[in-house]
Amino acid sequence: MSRASNTQIGRRQFLVAGAGVSGSLVLGLPFAVSLAAEPSAAQTSQQRTLGFFIEIDRTGLVTIGSNQPEIGQGVRTALPMLVAEELDIEWQNVRVTQMPLGIVKTADGFTWKYGGQGVGGSTGLTSNWEFMRQVGAQARAQLMLAAAQRWNVPVAQCGTRPGYVVHQGGQRELSYAELVGSAALLQLPEQSAPLKAATDYRIIGKPRHSIDNRDVVTGKAVYGIDSTIPGVHYAAIARSPILNGRVKSFDDKQVLKMPGVVQVLRIEGPKPGEWYRILADGVAVVANSTWAALQARDALRIEWSESPNASDSSEAFWQENRRMLKGKGQVVLDDGDVDAALSNAETHVVHQYQVPFVSHAPLEPQNCIVHVKENSAHVIAPTQMPSGASRAVAAVTGIARENIFVEMTKVGGGFGRRLSNDYVAEAAMISKQSGLPIKLQWSREDDIRNDFYRPAGLHEMRAGLDAQGRVVAWSQRLASASKYFRRPNMPDEDLWKAELYIDDFPRRRIENVRMEYFHNRIGLPRGSWRAPAHTANAFVVQSFIDEIAHDTGQDPLQLRLELLGKAEPLEYSNHGGPTFNPGRLSKLLTFVAEKIDYGRARKKGSGVGLAAHFTFGGYAAHAIEVSVSQSGELQIERIVAAIDCGLAVNPQSVKAQLEGGTIDGISTALGLEITVKDGQVQQSNFHDYPLMRIEQVPARFEAHILPYDDMPTGVGEMGIPSAAPALTNAIFAASGQRIRTLPIKDQLKKARRA
Amino acid sequence: MISFRLNKVSVAFEAEPGTPLLWVLREHFDLKGTKFGCGIGQCGACTVHVNGGAQRSCVTQVAAVEGQNVTTIEGLAPADDSLHPVQQAWLSHDVPQCGYCQAGQIMAAADFLKRFPRPSDQDIDQHISNVCRCGTYVRIRKAIHHAAQLIASES
Ligand code: FES
Ligand code: FES
Repeated sequence: MSRASNTQIGRRQFLVAGAGVSGSLVLGLPFAVSLAAEPSAAQTSQQRTLGFFIEIDRTGLVTIGSNQPEIGQGVRTALPMLVAEELDIEWQNVRVTQMPLGIVKTADGFTWKYGGQGVGGSTGLTSNWEFMRQVGAQARAQLMLAAAQRWNVPVAQCGTRPGYVVHQGGQRELSYAELVGSAALLQLPEQSAPLKAATDYRIIGKPRHSIDNRDVVTGKAVYGIDSTIPGVHYAAIARSPILNGRVKSFDDKQVLKMPGVVQVLRIEGPKPGEWYRILADGVAVVANSTWAALQARDALRIEWSESPNASDSSEAFWQENRRMLKGKGQVVLDDGDVDAALSNAETHVVHQYQVPFVSHAPLEPQNCIVHVKENSAHVIAPTQMPSGASRAVAAVTGIARENIFVEMTKVGGGFGRRLSNDYVAEAAMISKQSGLPIKLQWSREDDIRNDFYRPAGLHEMRAGLDAQGRVVAWSQRLASASKYFRRPNMPDEDLWKAELYIDDFPRRRIENVRMEYFHNRIGLPRGSWRAPAHTANAFVVQSFIDEIAHDTGQDPLQLRLELLGKAEPLEYSNHGGPTFNPGRLSKLLTFVAEKIDYGRARKKGSGVGLAAHFTFGGYAAHAIEVSVSQSGELQIERIVAAIDCGLAVNPQSVKAQLEGGTIDGISTALGLEITVKDGQVQQSNFHDYPLMRIEQVPARFEAHILPYDDMPTGVGEMGIPSAAPALTNAIFAASGQRIRTLPIKDQLKKARRA
Repeated sequence: MISFRLNKVSVAFEAEPGTPLLWVLREHFDLKGTKFGCGIGQCGACTVHVNGGAQRSCVTQVAAVEGQNVTTIEGLAPADDSLHPVQQAWLSHDVPQCGYCQAGQIMAAADFLKRFPRPSDQDIDQHISNVCRCGTYVRIRKAIHHAAQLIASES
């Protein structure tokens, strides 16, 4: 089925797209989107499609289009569930097809054809919640109307049962398969169709397995790396090993003689300080196989020029952060009077926490197919942001965006890395220069050494407590490498916004709260990494509360519950708002604490840690039990994770995301760090960037969903932030050793040896 | 020319004998289920069977499989429309997230279960070293135990 065919746009009810910045969380949500084309003269009753999203075949199988990129978060199952629910069909009759990017040029700019497309900030489901249900409901309304006309009865007398329109409670019925031809010819009703009450859901809220898994386990699923186009040539790029380095000269004589090599091309990277359309300056090889391209790339002789960042190092970075924290920074939040409250406080607690740079390392290395033709281009990309891919190709080639066709593949992991379409721009540059259809392939080394890394930072936390042990003043001072560094049109005074979310807990629960920011300009590119600044801030805040409790003789759970206070909506202006209800966190905390039997005394060397965090609208908590041996051997004994995502549309994949997020958080806390020396990233592959393996994951691992209301929140990022602090709090409970620097690595063993 | 058996069919490969088996499978024989993850034998995304034993095809030169039997994820099931018990168990536990590592995980588990038909958690910890970036390990462990039962009840 080709959904991208030249269907006319019927109603002009679109949001003008193109405003969203690639890599940001602004996804350009459709305020109102036409669900379907109006029937055109060319349509006949042979047509079996209802709008852009639904096709019903003769046997009653329904193919539903999924408009969002599938990166492992489960939207390709969850979104069709929404359509199927309202359309009223049996889930086993559903097939899913991936829709391409749909943008249409109008007088006012570009509009979305299939609704806003792009996944980041855990919005893939929530931003399509109304829309995709409406897609199903409108199609159902069309089918009922077709049946009513056939029977010559008022449509009000018609209803449906799965797959059928029924007349007056079952006197007669017609299958959707019989009706779709005439339904396809009907005008859509002007008003939106009524949606089901949550109590009537048959599909939403019931666990469903991922629709793609049979293809995945048989090796048939097609990722970007598995895609191809006619006449394809393969490319690899040698990028500057030094941050902001440039090609001075290169010698390709030997390389051009290597078997399979077709061309060698110069790829212009951004100048220091410029926005990263691509990450680095370099030289590309085009060959007749991926292996030949990678081999030839490695054999290139390139002389690199001086770079202003040639002496950047992690050591200097941390030194600079420590130095900056001694001075005065930019005060970005100042509730009450922190200085007065601190000077009146009975007790002070002060600690510093260090969170490293990390890489995304999705298991499918970056790759992309681009064929730049004279006035058009064809792109096949594993991307989280297909409109960004279209913009990237337009910028690099000058081709009008309406002539750039972007297909999305299944994606071997996103984690925020594929919000950036730098690899798409690279492939477009190579295709444009060579005139060939190009498939660009990155190696794992390319990926670890060239990334938009999660920003590193040093946090100084200070609390003042009164004589009753209540926290009366709170300050967080952060020196870090902002994610917004080198973004276009980004004033310096806004750099903090990517790193400190001012409405996060414990704001509005403590009267005097201050946040202060210092920006560190190290030359590493940075970007969004799953649950961006929440990962660092949850670690810091949840560790610090634990420390306050221990330093002042309070129980860590009790102190948390007291600080969270009663259940009520608090104003929350950051992404995930408009409100945050601390009571939902308390409920989760109490739940995981009970499950892990928090109050039970543990034997020496064992302990339990807790943490909870609100992330982009969703709530999660962790309780982790560990043991630490005499020699500092860490064993994670048990993990209890719980999430409150409002309504869990597909509980099966909500649990999967909670499990995966937890492991991501722990994996990163245990061993992952990107460091720089002499202007070069020092890690290169999984031997020195050691993702967690199964041996470190306890068999005792529970993931729970605590239902809340009838509105879903996203779930892709909520499982991460509280995992690391629950782990380090557990380590403290077990061993008395406080982890204030991530990753944990061999800190426990070192402390024992010292 | 290098000749070997690939998913029970005799095949030959003419180009560079030093090419990793991974790229020969993917680009020459168009068997794309075997994935590229690291290229240095670390992650296991490229796991295939050579004479029934799991091997990482990114660090196996195609010349090394001359005369051998190579099985990829596409050839693991006994017949086209059937599934290997490990694949069945993977479906029952809904293991994959992005799914990219899973062909390699399944190939590794299928070989492992031949050597450890009734594995303990410790056996799994010691012998399954494939990386999953999405963190599906909890389900992989359950699915391996489940597959062991399926295999035992089949025979
Ligand atoms: S690609 Fe072969 S082990 Fe990673
Ligand atoms: S399922 Fe994504 S890497 Fe394993």
